[in-house]
Amino acid sequence: MSYILIFITAVFVNNIVLAQFLGICPFLGVSNKTETAIGMGAAVAFVMTLATIFTYLIQSLLTYFGLDFMQTITFILVIAALVQMVEIILKKVSPPLYQALGVFLPLITTNCAILGVAILVIQKELTLFESVIFAFSTAIGFGVALVLFSGLREQMALTKIPKAMRGTPIALIVAGMLAMAFMGFSGVDKTLAILWGIAK
Amino acid sequence: MERFKIFYNGIVKENPTFVLLLGMCPTLGTTSSALNGMGMGLATAFVLMASNMAISSIKDFVPDKVRIPVFVVVIATFVTVVQFLMQAYMPALYASLGLFIPLIVVNCIVLGRAESYAAKNGVINSGLDGLGSGMGFTLALTILGALREFLGTGKFFGLTAFPEKYGSLIFVLAPGAFIVLGYLIALVNRLKSRD
Repeated sequence: MSYILIFITAVFVNNIVLAQFLGICPFLGVSNKTETAIGMGAAVAFVMTLATIFTYLIQSLLTYFGLDFMQTITFILVIAALVQMVEIILKKVSPPLYQALGVFLPLITTNCAILGVAILVIQKELTLFESVIFAFSTAIGFGVALVLFSGLREQMALTKIPKAMRGTPIALIVAGMLAMAFMGFSGVDKTLAILWGIAK
Repeated sequence: MERFKIFYNGIVKENPTFVLLLGMCPTLGTTSSALNGMGMGLATAFVLMASNMAISSIKDFVPDKVRIPVFVVVIATFVTVVQFLMQAYMPALYASLGLFIPLIVVNCIVLGRAESYAAKNGVINSGLDGLGSGMGFTLALTILGALREFLGTGKFFGLTAFPEKYGSLIFVLAPGAFIVLGYLIALVNRLKSRD
């Protein structure tokens, strides 16, 4: 049950984009069409889960040698290398998947959500399996927000908007309203934890 | 005069937040109060200036192919320095900024200035460019933070302007960040289209 709770919390209650403000750049950048939004969401889910496994293992190595202060430098290099590697492997092994996700991969290195989640699971002191669930659910949350937002933006393209508000300003205001809608989920995690008897 | 222009450019003409729209995550995530916004801005400004100067001084020895990874390592080093300094001397601010301090590494402004300015120009000019962009970023974050704090809690830099119960909390919470920044950028667009 606690794994389901991690999932619900990460997707709805503490949504990475709308409540924690990570990964805003791709959220605003590739949300013009629903199709690209789905592609980006899938690429992020793939890389985020993989990166969290790697950085988690490396963190235990760093702690073992007492090199905790190297965390930021190591993580960013590992993530950059990993993304590059994923790109090369996908190109060789599965060209159709590469076709679908390829264009998004270079963008992902600078997606602060990846590094953010890698550091968050260490701060929260989760176990490896919990971290994987957490990373995957967070990525799903990112995908949900991105797809919902792209639907709204497709509608917005058809409406008449004052000149100064066109582009980013109106996108930010609509994102604010989406965030407001997601605030309706706040507290759901605590209620469920009590209901399922796993409250800490 | 020439030097002043470099510095000024980052604050107004190429303001990272309002004009270039870079570094949105910390802009939205850390501006729940004016002081938080300012703290985040100054931390980023330090990293920007230091990494710009360091990168500009090593640019001749770094092969072109491994340029980006080297830049990232330099930036990450300064971020770690800031992280430890803040942890030691400003624990309260460090706690409220939390995750966003290590995330300066992936702030597009820092790598953007390194790649587009520091990799081509001298040490002093690069430092000024970094300082200018950093101050522009700090200014934007402070304005946004002050507005959100004022609308949300009735305070201005921690001083009470009107009773807290008349403030609307939504501006301090997540949706307020998006909405206030949206209107601020719209205002900048309007002012730009006038002249």
